[in-house]
Amino acid sequence: MTGPTRDATSIAETSAVAVAPPDGRPILDVREVSKEFPGVLALDKVSIDILPGEVHALVGENGAGKSTLVKVLSGVHAPDGGEVLLDGEPYQPQDPDEALTAGIRVVYQELNLLTFLAVEENLSFESLPSRHGLVDRKVMRERAVHLMGEVGLDVPPDTAVENLGIAQMQMVEIARALLTDAKVLILDEPTATLTPRETDQLFGIIRKLADRGIGVLFISHHLDEVKEIGDRVTVFRNGEWVATRDVADITVAEIIELMVGRSMTEGYPFRDSVKRGEEILSVEGLIYQGNVEPVSLKLHAAEIVGVAGLVGSGRTEALRAIFGADKASAGVIKVDGEVVRIDSPSDAVGAGICLLTEDRKSQGLMLDMSVAQNTTITRLEAITRHGLLQTREEAAAAQELIDMLSIKAQSPEQLARYLSGGNQQKVVVAKWLFAQSRILLFDEPTRGIDVGAKFEIYNLIWDLVERGKGAIVVSSDLPELLGICHRIIVFSKGAIVGELPREQFSEKAVLELAYKNYLDPATAAARDRQSTPGENA
Amino acid sequence: MSAAPTPSTPRGEGQMSLANRAIAFSLREAGVGLALVVLVILFMVIAPYFATGDNFTRMFGQVAINTVLAVGMTFVILVGGIDLSVGSVMALATVVGATIMVPSFLTRWVPFELDPLVSIPLAVIIVLLVGALAGFINGFVSERWKVPSFIVTLGMMSMARGGSQVVSDNSTINGLPRSLIDFGNILIDLGVVRIPVYFLIAIATVAVAWFVLRFTIFGRFIYAIGNNEEAVRLSGHNPVPYKISAFAICGLLAGLAGLVWLLRLNVGSPIAAVGYELTAIAAVIIGGTSFTGGKGSVIGTFFGVCLLQVLSTGLILSGVTDNFRVIVTGLVVILAAVFDTYRTRIITGLRAR
Repeated sequence: MTGPTRDATSIAETSAVAVAPPDGRPILDVREVSKEFPGVLALDKVSIDILPGEVHALVGENGAGKSTLVKVLSGVHAPDGGEVLLDGEPYQPQDPDEALTAGIRVVYQELNLLTFLAVEENLSFESLPSRHGLVDRKVMRERAVHLMGEVGLDVPPDTAVENLGIAQMQMVEIARALLTDAKVLILDEPTATLTPRETDQLFGIIRKLADRGIGVLFISHHLDEVKEIGDRVTVFRNGEWVATRDVADITVAEIIELMVGRSMTEGYPFRDSVKRGEEILSVEGLIYQGNVEPVSLKLHAAEIVGVAGLVGSGRTEALRAIFGADKASAGVIKVDGEVVRIDSPSDAVGAGICLLTEDRKSQGLMLDMSVAQNTTITRLEAITRHGLLQTREEAAAAQELIDMLSIKAQSPEQLARYLSGGNQQKVVVAKWLFAQSRILLFDEPTRGIDVGAKFEIYNLIWDLVERGKGAIVVSSDLPELLGICHRIIVFSKGAIVGELPREQFSEKAVLELAYKNYLDPATAAARDRQSTPGENA
Repeated sequence: MSAAPTPSTPRGEGQMSLANRAIAFSLREAGVGLALVVLVILFMVIAPYFATGDNFTRMFGQVAINTVLAVGMTFVILVGGIDLSVGSVMALATVVGATIMVPSFLTRWVPFELDPLVSIPLAVIIVLLVGALAGFINGFVSERWKVPSFIVTLGMMSMARGGSQVVSDNSTINGLPRSLIDFGNILIDLGVVRIPVYFLIAIATVAVAWFVLRFTIFGRFIYAIGNNEEAVRLSGHNPVPYKISAFAICGLLAGLAGLVWLLRLNVGSPIAAVGYELTAIAAVIIGGTSFTGGKGSVIGTFFGVCLLQVLSTGLILSGVTDNFRVIVTGLVVILAAVFDTYRTRIITGLRAR
């Protein structure tokens, strides 16, 4: 990436330069923009305008056209029709570089960082400060310290990005956006992987930027966040503009209705009729890399146990250790009351345990293989006769699961890559159903999928549990856990700090536990000063 | 500028019309076959000697060796690895096999001679074992200590070559049993063209490999591991044995290629097959197998081998000097790799976006 070399110190001092004062004229004006791909009208004459100092939320289900709009604005795609005005001038970037130079900055959900390099190097690599042709590390360091202060990232500037958590990486990405004179900051699903506290911190940063006159386009599935941070909200559906409203004048339920085009109850499915069965999983004193106290927990048949906690509190690690994906150094795991030895995922699968991983693309699916092949990989013996794979039986078995889970796939032969996020997730569920797993470990099962698909997943979990399986669900979406779980186990800083039965469910109760181990007196005060007020009450 | 992040999948994802499917197929599998036919016709027109039966017989002979090597290479590349040692392992195979079958060389190592009735089958078995062992070591070391296969097999390339020099004492081993030589000289007359008998070994190798990759659990895992090794592991299967097996198969087929060499050229030689690993890799890539693993087929590989052979022979018979032939061959490999990235993009483009 090459950009004009700027005077390094001036950048460090001024960082994001204030743009024109808010005079009611949009800083970015998208007028009836269309974009067609072979066979799909991804954007159909959509309009949206962003005022200086405004946080404009853009919502819509997957495939609504949000990402395409972002790509048009960032110069990845050229629009087929309509026009875009930036500061009143026609704006038609030929490539992402041009968009950057013009002041449009995008922070994508999938982060674009140089993972092996240090934070400070990432912050400066677009326009490295130089002295006599060499990198001026002193200026680079100053710049990094300044930018990291702006976004509240508290790690040594020479930390390699690969050693950061996802939330921290995101802060680096945003800090980098501050380096250039951004006029418009586009955040594509920035909170998808953040915990409430991190989200609050992010919102503080967004507010600060908006107050300087930057226009923010905020894309999110989290409608409560839209309510919290947005000034206006625009809804897209199937590539079309549906509505733009002041956030103050619209409820979440109304937004959802606009988004899905059909009314949907806000309530999460909870089936009282399902009665808890025998204990099927018992974990005692499990010790593994990343936990500070041994982990013990139990799961019954026909039960959904939620696992809450901040990102990095050890929830994922616990599931991975139970599943044998990472080796546990001590502890006893019992399935149906019998001790089982789990040294590897294959031991776990043999014991009827499955793990639906946090990242379905890199860990759950073989994207360039078919739905059927992804489904049967867990138990190929079942479709093998005389040592040969029976592709017809395979297709039939996959079709059965496709129907059962209502997976939207053309056929069992369709490649997993071409399914939507929600349907990919269902394929991962399908493969575990094919393996006849009874103990379901779900890590962020609804992350990054649209609202409609989320509810399908909830009902799916209930269908499975109703048939005597047990599920442990890790999620950063707290309302979701409160909605569907019988019990919630709360992790804080690598240890289980408490367990809440459904009668005691409240966001406050869970959050208080989740923060428990992080709030030792010494750091609590400093932390509170840093983060914005208004922790969910 | 790094590539844009993966697009969120649009509506109507994966909708492909029949015409688009046909295009996708021709780009992926049939493309090489088509290019091959075009080249053959081209050389038939411009190079007078090209279209003769003798020339085709010679090409079939050379294709046989390269095919056996390249099929093994396909297994390794499908699981995301690479094997640079196949040429050297093949040379080792030729001298080991020849040593067992030629009494004057065998007596350098053991105090007895073997009757051809014993020595030929024994040579076959030992040569295949030696190849498989070399491949196993490649796979085991790279998996056990997480060393990139590029490095391990680079080392094996040197070791096997050195081994072949030790075994042969740096000399060419002549004097194979008459029966073996006679067998290798058999030509099967198909009327239009006569094909060497050992070409059938190559065809059988392709057929068996195709069948294994397509219809067995083992084959399924080879593709799955190349596609997403971690997903396979987290599906409850240990990928390591499968990956090591892919390397062992590659080694085994390098041994088999050594046997085909003995049938064809009747000498064991420590300088046999220098650079053959590159031809094999090139053929695999031209044949449409993805360098990152998970996608491809041995049929494509076979076409790739044929294409390289036709190109090579055709250029020489057209009067191009050997030096230029080598340059053009290299160019084709690079073009194939470049084309591969476009191919993926075009196919993706045909599906809705």
